[in-house]
Amino acid sequence: MQAFRHLNGLVAPLDRSNVDTDAIIPKQFLKSIKRTGFGPNLFDEWRYRDHGELGMDCSKRPLNPDFVLNQPRYQGVQILLARDNFGCGSSREHAPWAILDFGIRVVIAPSFADIFANNCCKNGILPVVLSSAEVSRLFVEVDATPGYCLDVDLEKQRVTTPGGDVFTFAIDDFRKKCLLEGLDEISLTMQFVAEIKDFEARRMLAEPWLFSG
Amino acid sequence: MHAKTLYDKLWKRHVVRCDDDGTCLLYIDRQLVHEVTSPQAFEGLRLTGRRPWRSAANVAVPDHNVPTTDRSGGIAEPLSRLQVETLDANCAEFGINEFVMNDVRQGIVHIIGPEQGLTLPGMTIVCGDSHTSTHGALGTLAFGIGTSEVEHVLATQCLIQKKARNMLVSVDGQAGRGVTAKDIMLAIIGEIGTAGGTGYVIEYGGDAIQALSVEGRMTVCNMSIEAGAKAGMIAVDDKTIAYVKGRPFAPKGDLWAQAEADWRTLHSDPGAHYDRIVHLDAAAIQPQVTWGTSPEMVTTIDGRVPDPADEPDPVKREGMKAALEYMGLAANTPIVEIYPDTVFLGSCTNARIEDLRAAAAIVKGHKLAGNIKRALVVPGSGLVKKQAEEEGLDTIFKACGFEWREAGCSMCLGMNEDRLSPKERCASTSNRNFEGRQGQGGRTHLVSPAMAAAAAITGHFIDVRTLEV
Repeated sequence: MQAFRHLNGLVAPLDRSNVDTDAIIPKQFLKSIKRTGFGPNLFDEWRYRDHGELGMDCSKRPLNPDFVLNQPRYQGVQILLARDNFGCGSSREHAPWAILDFGIRVVIAPSFADIFANNCCKNGILPVVLSSAEVSRLFVEVDATPGYCLDVDLEKQRVTTPGGDVFTFAIDDFRKKCLLEGLDEISLTMQFVAEIKDFEARRMLAEPWLFSG
Repeated sequence: MHAKTLYDKLWKRHVVRCDDDGTCLLYIDRQLVHEVTSPQAFEGLRLTGRRPWRSAANVAVPDHNVPTTDRSGGIAEPLSRLQVETLDANCAEFGINEFVMNDVRQGIVHIIGPEQGLTLPGMTIVCGDSHTSTHGALGTLAFGIGTSEVEHVLATQCLIQKKARNMLVSVDGQAGRGVTAKDIMLAIIGEIGTAGGTGYVIEYGGDAIQALSVEGRMTVCNMSIEAGAKAGMIAVDDKTIAYVKGRPFAPKGDLWAQAEADWRTLHSDPGAHYDRIVHLDAAAIQPQVTWGTSPEMVTTIDGRVPDPADEPDPVKREGMKAALEYMGLAANTPIVEIYPDTVFLGSCTNARIEDLRAAAAIVKGHKLAGNIKRALVVPGSGLVKKQAEEEGLDTIFKACGFEWREAGCSMCLGMNEDRLSPKERCASTSNRNFEGRQGQGGRTHLVSPAMAAAAAITGHFIDVRTLEV
């Protein structure tokens, strides 16, 4: 996984709550058996005016000019500003894969669905939770300021506005460490092979029926 | 001794080790695998030269991509075929038991787990699928994970987790006639919202939950994710034990006696602490119908589509306006004046035998209403289909005008060819009414099987309790 430490990047606003992972990456693209290449289909049904299928050349498809990520001022976005319960619904990791492939490394929202936030952290994307009031204020500032960038510092756990205002955010220590160092969790767990084997042996004695099938 | 919740007990049993900050390694007893969220995980194993920690802990089935029409000739759609063939090849390479597409035991992963006895009380169960919460109905800790975690479980039989908080949703008293598990769960989501369970494991309790069959409990636990919860679960009781006994992968003989004694301890202790408790009065729950594009956008059959103008929160108001525009509905429309084009009876929420029986009882002797263009019954597994046929349910559905299909996820998410067209309106027994979920531009109303059946024969949503059966 690529590490995430610090980013100063262009912000785009997606002003709706309960954005689900079906919207982030519709089901037809889940037929891919790869981890990459989902970026052109991020928010596919909102982004294009036609029906998208896997393998289509998206550069030739008609764009929906009203969709925020299609607006010229948000080209090159690296930070997505969102509302409550972002990433709800399906557990598909294709959603963060699409976000990452599109070039977005930070999503800021008042709340995230659990599985989505977890999947983000395993792919070098930082989910930042700020208060509803702080997020609402950022929506106003982004809207009013073309080229609006935020500075996101994971080590210090803070988001700094162009005006110098600082918002701090909380993050689980383990997630923070993994993101900062780009750690592979399977390798981390493999350090405990002996403990897992001991646990399994005890479990086999306590609940043998789990190992009989 | 400190009183524990069911979740506390299940968690404690599975902790391999913990760091001081509460980051724990949790042992996983069972991983269920399907074709959509696993190929990249198996590829990860190959790239790192890793093998499954314990192949026998994993069971695979193709369900999302499989056609529900005649499939004796295989899968015509090339991308779907590739994904299913990839699953077959990965299971062969890594020694994982798979119920292949044309095996009678094939079906939706969350239906075949309990059906086969692969889901046993006390287990931790994961799957790269958010509706894994279904299995909590049997007193398990079961939750959906992403593909990176699928690979993690394959390689280590563990997951890195922090403990969630405890929530009790108690549905007190008895539900009225014609009010089903689906109605209870939609009412719960309407009450706490789609993010109401975020950060929690929900235990469902109360008389109305205890009164449900195990299959009904699965419907409730299935939609825990629609309330944002990490997992949903229900204590083990006599019904749970009776349900599991004799299933193909359930323990037998002495092991059964030992297991049963253990499983009977899988309930919350009196006085156990919950971080949040929600009470619902079962008698007040009416048949439910969703009107919008989030499961929390739900009301009762005697209700109306709400008016965004009455919503004080501006973000919610805009969300309601967008939902009504997408759904092609005007504010204040009575729910009984909404006319579906299509009826879908299926999904991991409502495609078990009791669901099919409930719907068949309503449609028996009736024809589809004139405005219903198509109606599908997609049984949850090949064995559900077989049993329904033995009971003659297929004849009832077909005589009414329903198509009788093979098992799979089908139109719940339309990864196969069963999809809604733009603006097509569907009475669906599935779990998500998101934009585009059942097909781009499709309009989904979530209901119980009985309510879907009632809409099929009358042509509009109607209180199933007013129909003579």
